[in-house]
Amino acid sequence: MDYLTTIGLEIHVELLTNSKMFCGCPADFGGDPNTKTCPVCLGHPGSLPVMNRKAVESTIRLGLSLNCDISPRSIFHRKNYFYPDMPKNYQISQYDIPLCVGGCLDVEMEGYARKVGITRVHLEEDTGKSLHVGESGRIHGADFSLENFNRAGVPLAEIVTEPDIKSPEEARAFAQLLRSTIRYIGISDGKMEEGSLRVDANISISAGEELGTKVEIKNMNSFKALQRALAYEEERQRKVLNEGGTIVQETRHWDDAAGITHPLRSKEEAFDYRYFPEPDLLPVEPEPAWIDELRESLPELPVARAGRLKSEYGLPVEMVSAIIAEKALADFYEEALKSGGDPREIAKWIAGDLAALLNEQSVDISGSPVTPAYIGELVGLITKKTISGKMAKDLLKETFSSGKSPAKIVKEKGLLQIADEDELMSMVEKVIAENPEAVEDFKNGKEQSLKFMMGQVMKMSRGKANPQITSDLIKQKLS
Amino acid sequence: MAITEMEVKEIAEKINNKELSSLEVAEAFLKRIDTVDAGINAYITVAHSQARKAAGEIDDRIASGESVGEYAGVPVGVKDVLCTEGLRTTCGSRILSGFSPVYDATVVKKIREAGLVILGKANMDEFAMGSSTENSYFGPTRNPWDPERVPGGSSGGSAALVAAGEAPWALGSDTGGSIRQPAAMCGIVGMKPTYGLVSRYGLVAFASSLDQVGPMTRNVHDCAVLLDMIAGHDPLDSTSIPGARPCYADSLNPNVRGLKVGVVRELTSTGIEPGVLREFNKAVELLAASGLECEEVSLSSFEYGLSAYYLIAPAEASSNLARFDGVRYGFRAEGEMEDIWEMYDRTRSEGFGDEVKRRIMLGTYALSAGYYDEYYAKALKVRTLIVEDFNRAWGKFDVLVSPTSPTTAFKIGEKVDDPLTMYLSDICTIPVNLAGIPAISIPCGLSGGLPVGFQIMAPPLQEEKLLSVACGLESLLGFDEKPPALI
Repeated sequence: MDYLTTIGLEIHVELLTNSKMFCGCPADFGGDPNTKTCPVCLGHPGSLPVMNRKAVESTIRLGLSLNCDISPRSIFHRKNYFYPDMPKNYQISQYDIPLCVGGCLDVEMEGYARKVGITRVHLEEDTGKSLHVGESGRIHGADFSLENFNRAGVPLAEIVTEPDIKSPEEARAFAQLLRSTIRYIGISDGKMEEGSLRVDANISISAGEELGTKVEIKNMNSFKALQRALAYEEERQRKVLNEGGTIVQETRHWDDAAGITHPLRSKEEAFDYRYFPEPDLLPVEPEPAWIDELRESLPELPVARAGRLKSEYGLPVEMVSAIIAEKALADFYEEALKSGGDPREIAKWIAGDLAALLNEQSVDISGSPVTPAYIGELVGLITKKTISGKMAKDLLKETFSSGKSPAKIVKEKGLLQIADEDELMSMVEKVIAENPEAVEDFKNGKEQSLKFMMGQVMKMSRGKANPQITSDLIKQKLS
Repeated sequence: MAITEMEVKEIAEKINNKELSSLEVAEAFLKRIDTVDAGINAYITVAHSQARKAAGEIDDRIASGESVGEYAGVPVGVKDVLCTEGLRTTCGSRILSGFSPVYDATVVKKIREAGLVILGKANMDEFAMGSSTENSYFGPTRNPWDPERVPGGSSGGSAALVAAGEAPWALGSDTGGSIRQPAAMCGIVGMKPTYGLVSRYGLVAFASSLDQVGPMTRNVHDCAVLLDMIAGHDPLDSTSIPGARPCYADSLNPNVRGLKVGVVRELTSTGIEPGVLREFNKAVELLAASGLECEEVSLSSFEYGLSAYYLIAPAEASSNLARFDGVRYGFRAEGEMEDIWEMYDRTRSEGFGDEVKRRIMLGTYALSAGYYDEYYAKALKVRTLIVEDFNRAWGKFDVLVSPTSPTTAFKIGEKVDDPLTMYLSDICTIPVNLAGIPAISIPCGLSGGLPVGFQIMAPPLQEEKLLSVACGLESLLGFDEKPPALI
């Protein structure tokens, strides 16, 4: 039976503010346990929260980037539940009047685009981190637990999407595009592995119009895990339904190593959070002029940039996606274009060989020893047939390790491609003379022998022979 | 005259012109505490050594010619709901056993900066929940006027210690009448400022939208002086009001002829003890005879004030008190436990007293899914109606008046098993907190040998007018009775 998949995402983004959401403690990652704490973020008696304006600003910028409306008057609520990583045993969050509402993000897929509605973006505080010591590794059955409150009170933006996503691939593409967007506007580093970007998913499948029972999945720590977990869950639900079973509404935990989801049983699950307006904070009423200012200060966002690269340079979707994923990479690309080289060729080298080298060496694009101008130069050398594609690959590696410009390396090493027909002809003649068998094979129609003779010329020229001309000369000589 | 009987102003002057040292003053009060407090139990903690040290430092500064504040060296009692760095803070609860704050509440910081010497931490109903100071883990406080009776609450310790001469003044906190009602029952002055005038940072929260710190003093002038010390915007409290404010002590003007006074019918009709009503009416007549226009006014929403309060305050409290869980500080239940849920259950069961548990349960219920609209949301609507009623009244009156408490001090144990009757003790004071306006209680007479309090209410931020009316009435009344038991 055919089923329709429906997915909605809930994404938490740790905001990159200097200080925490309600106190002056540093909000950065790491540090010795409980060194970035004070009476406010430790929930000491009598302490009170004071709103971090930067966190509000970041959330509004995020909302604007996702085409949301900004609430003229937004309020904070307390979400009440007991857990040892939460010092006050309530989380200051938003409930019915979030900062941003009703946006959307267009996700470019292979051959189509998916418009994903954004229900809301709200601001809340993060919890501390527990280390449960004992066999289970969970709070239930732990011998004891250790608490680190360095993260407690770090501002978090929560993005909730409409159930508009139709496949695990789309979910992954959406999450990646969202990550790009938050990195473009610089509000978070969006690192899933460090937990500064956390994605939970709701998924249901249905045979007809009516939506099926949704299941929430947690603990996906990478984009790949998100896609795998959703694909697994899609299949699991399909099997249950095909065998005549029913889907239970529940929260399931993704086990990445085992590649499965399993039900998460927790005492907290059925909790009534008893939301009520936070009396310690005033409503946030952002001035329209301030919102306008924030809107105008937004950089060109990934979606717009992708559209422009596609229409201006005719780049294919997957190449555009690779280029625009990081703002620095896209900037790098556009800088390289100034060399006047072929946009597709430049994109291919940046998204291909250069990206691979950077990845291999764990270097960020911003720290790349190969400058945009060098890529332009490299592509120029290929276009002018000064070097071959094969030579270019080695040349890029050398540029990467030495930091020298490709033209300089070419000059120093005498790597110029041999395109001179007379010089090449003398080599071709020599090879033909030395390899009568290959000549015989060629005349008998064996294509392989052409490649063999080409290889011999290359060897003789130390790789510098222009392959096209060489091939033409061999054919011409033997015809 | 004994130092402990002197006016604040006199003590301050004598310290400033070196007739008395701050240390001598502190010693005199510490001795008074050591003599009488066993019978009163107004203090949970007496800070002998810290007080001596602070007083000595003031003396050193004066000796070195440094200019200290006008009231530097004057001792003060502080309700044990305010955080004092390095001095244990209990909130009258077992659950804060062993807790010593790492910071000073903003008001504590301010009085320290003014040079006041903190003698100790005053007894209170646990987490300020109560009207008699019987709900303290450290035992009830007794009324200096009659040790068989309660001093009122929840700031009963602060009220009793001022009445008993164990400090010349004190800080209290008022969520539904917790400063004014005990002030009335102990025959002293007690004031709740406009919500947001005084910082709540470091005030252990009971009901955040209602709590306010205020002065408890022997007279209206001292009240203005202490308010001047603690009022003002605090960037650490988002609900604190920014902007300039007048000097209340300097702007006291007892000549208040021609002001319009509204006598609140709902707070002077049913449920008020005859003796209280008699003394209250005498005071109103005195005001009228002195050229103030007194007229009855009906504020019908007040009828629902108590019910709304007992939903809003417990709802906020149920959340505010969630942090007392045994994880990070204070009391933790002992013994083998299955898991953290059992640790929470046992810690909170053993650490909180009955009244606190009752209110946590009330508040939890009021906020529960399916009940929120029926209870909490409805209570907020009543709150709005009360604000609107007050606003209508301000169109016609400068101040409103009522008795502070429907009864004089009752017997210890008399109402402890009847929470609803106990809750009625705050019927006259609660609307003020719900509306966030300032109000003061001053003693206006005795009924059966026990003090009666007169409450004056004013529009938001009109503390000047409030204190001036209080000052005028104070001089008209000439109330100078002292607790007989202690003289």
